[in-house]
Amino acid sequence: MRSRKKNTAVIATYGDHEVIRPENRLRGYVSDVSPDPDEEDPVASAEHALAELSGEFGTWMDDECERLDKARKVIVHRGVNENNKMALFHAAHDIKGQAATLGFPAVAAVADSLCRLIEFTPMAQRIPVTLINQHVDAVRAIHREYARSDAVQLAAQLNRKLRDVTDHFLVEENKGRPDIVEQITGRG
Amino acid sequence: MLRIDFNSLRFLVVDDNAHMRRILRTLLHGFGAREVYEAEDGASGFEAFNHFLPDIIITDWAMPVFDGLELTQMIRQPEGNSNPYVPIIMMTGHSEKRRVTAARDAGITEFLAKPVSAKGLYERIVNVVVNPRPFIRTKTYFGPDRRRSATSAYTGPERRKGGKADAAKNSTALEKVRSTG
Repeated sequence: MRSRKKNTAVIATYGDHEVIRPENRLRGYVSDVSPDPDEEDPVASAEHALAELSGEFGTWMDDECERLDKARKVIVHRGVNENNKMALFHAAHDIKGQAATLGFPAVAAVADSLCRLIEFTPMAQRIPVTLINQHVDAVRAIHREYARSDAVQLAAQLNRKLRDVTDHFLVEENKGRPDIVEQITGRG
Repeated sequence: MLRIDFNSLRFLVVDDNAHMRRILRTLLHGFGAREVYEAEDGASGFEAFNHFLPDIIITDWAMPVFDGLELTQMIRQPEGNSNPYVPIIMMTGHSEKRRVTAARDAGITEFLAKPVSAKGLYERIVNVVVNPRPFIRTKTYFGPDRRRSATSAYTGPERRKGGKADAAKNSTALEKVRSTG
């Protein structure tokens, strides 16, 4: 059972700040030992465990794409509002973050472009539903066709087109906000 | 060679995505950890932090309701929690500089950009266990020292005042004095 005792800390007080050196309770879990030749390296062991899990990754990616599609359908039927915009953003953001781990790295860039579209459009209602549809369809198509030998090149082409259209839209929407335009165009 | 006894460490994973929680759990078990608790948003993460007293927290940034930054700010309350110094590793798909700065200013200990790899996660855990940074408290900040290295090459203004410590104290000794005074 972990102790709820307050951490003892050595505190040095300076003019406008304190430097606190908390008791390092985790230090006791570190040992300086020679590696056991029979023991697997922890990183290799974790990679091995993840490889064993990877048989499920295709289904997980299906789930993530379906979640994105559902979020898109809500927007198509009801129009964009703050709640459904965030649901779409979270779904796209999760795909952006997980696609490579799940074995579909080429999907991540289009999901990222959709995140940028949502994040950098100042008024949610002005996000073009057509552009949302194009992104969601692209994510699903890249995932579906991933086994094709030219899937990565096709994904890159799709992403370039979508990104160009998105950036053009975002720059127009953010006229008068030079700091945001700098971020969008990568000059920030 | 330094080795960490993962078997004795207690982890809390906070992520709204069940797949990502499973990936992190698998990696941590692969390192040798046995105690891995999970929470699916910042609010339940804060509750789990208070209940399970984890040694290390791994949290996502973007979560509905209560995100990873807000969770970090809730934990970094020097008077309010049993362990405001707990190492927090923030994992996120946001890797832009302004995001990293915001996470740093909220008091995170380490930043881990997605996609997550076994090596990246392992390195950050080793770093928080073996090389903990001191904490800094100012009027506006409480968290790990944001200056990761002391460099003599820095030529900008010195923003911290007071070169020498005015007083060094042991917090528990001070509390004893207060309680008897």
